[in-house]
Amino acid sequence: MLFRLTDSAGQPRYLQLMQQIRHAIESGALSDGDQLPSIRTLAVDLVVSPGTVTKAYSELEHEGFIAMHPGAGAFVCVSRRARRLGDRVQAARDRVDELIGELRDDGLLDDEIRRLFEAGLLSAARTAAKR
Amino acid sequence: MSSPTVIETMGLSKLYGRSHAVRNLNLTVRPNRITAFLGLNGAGKSTTIRMLLGMIMPSEGSGTVLGRRIDDPAESVALRRDVAYVSEDKRLYNYMTVEQMIRFTSGFVPGWREDVATALLRRYELPAGRKVRHLSKGMHTKLALLLAIARSPALLILDEPSEGLDPRGVEQLLETLVAQCAEGTSIFFSSHQIEEVERISDQVCVIHHGRLVMDAALDELRESWRRVDVVLPGGAHVGDFEMQGVERVHTRGKQMSVVASGNVDAIITRASESGATAIDVTPVGLREIFLQTIDLDTSGEN
Repeated sequence: MLFRLTDSAGQPRYLQLMQQIRHAIESGALSDGDQLPSIRTLAVDLVVSPGTVTKAYSELEHEGFIAMHPGAGAFVCVSRRARRLGDRVQAARDRVDELIGELRDDGLLDDEIRRLFEAGLLSAARTAAKR
Repeated sequence: MSSPTVIETMGLSKLYGRSHAVRNLNLTVRPNRITAFLGLNGAGKSTTIRMLLGMIMPSEGSGTVLGRRIDDPAESVALRRDVAYVSEDKRLYNYMTVEQMIRFTSGFVPGWREDVATALLRRYELPAGRKVRHLSKGMHTKLALLLAIARSPALLILDEPSEGLDPRGVEQLLETLVAQCAEGTSIFFSSHQIEEVERISDQVCVIHHGRLVMDAALDELRESWRRVDVVLPGGAHVGDFEMQGVERVHTRGKQMSVVASGNVDAIITRASESGATAIDVTPVGLREIFLQTIDLDTSGEN
């Protein structure tokens, strides 16, 4: 499985990694029972602190996407909850596509749409963090 | 036995004549992570590291490394056995070959890992039979790194380890540090290279003019620092944005750019209350955070 972290600021690395693993699970690139690379291997592959991988794995475990077996490693576990989330993500993707289409029709450039999304997400993330 | 910190200093200072190389430094480095010690040239990084290793005595203050006092001569000898150190000049014996240097070092290191030394020798493509004096700067650094890592230390301290390395060498260095941390070694490295710090660190300590001006988790910095660009047709009033979290405000005509270390929500609210017609929020990279932080510190001194 190939993961790649971007240098984009503004987002903790472990969140980037979590999203990529989640995406790999939702898109079917990783399936139930697949073993994930060891923390050391993935840290060296991505050249990130092992702490980043540890945090991503433990958050994903908390969310039910993977199961950690001490000594054996981390395994994908596509629980019912994760599958439901997969469906929700697909539905959300359709809504986003629709909205982007409408905004383009209104004459907005892609760059402007991207900035609006980013600004919206950043302020939403702030609000959520405060609660 | 396991300590919550691998390095801790209390009011650590070093005076050369009347000038402070290090000033009242309170540094806390936690185990099992990669901590970067970031600062400009001459900020006090090397002086601090040399005090941590008991190579020079503090003028004031004290500290512990792996629980041992750095200003106690007996303890600092024991300390240097458990800590591997790669110095800025990476001094090695010039008359030895690479192989002799490795054998010589392994002779007095109890926990020496021959397998690690052999693997790194191959990986770094070091010429075993070449005299140390004939190594390129990059090879010299790699040999010093090999000697440090094969000791399987609890703590690895490196002073500007990437100096003189080409991009491939830097990549190998970073991979080595990350792999070593995964083996359970705590890593503390000084650098003025923002990119490498940003890539592998968990924690970033910034030193400027001998003082600690920032100690933060990189993830938190990435999450909390933002630039808020606003368009205020009614005119921009800097005074309106004198609020918590605001680090810098720039104005040009009706445009205003606010760099904030937090409290972004309140800043956005203030902007819309002030009649902003456009609000753009973008992330801020470590380079800018670093420059902003040392900039503030300098202005505070004047």
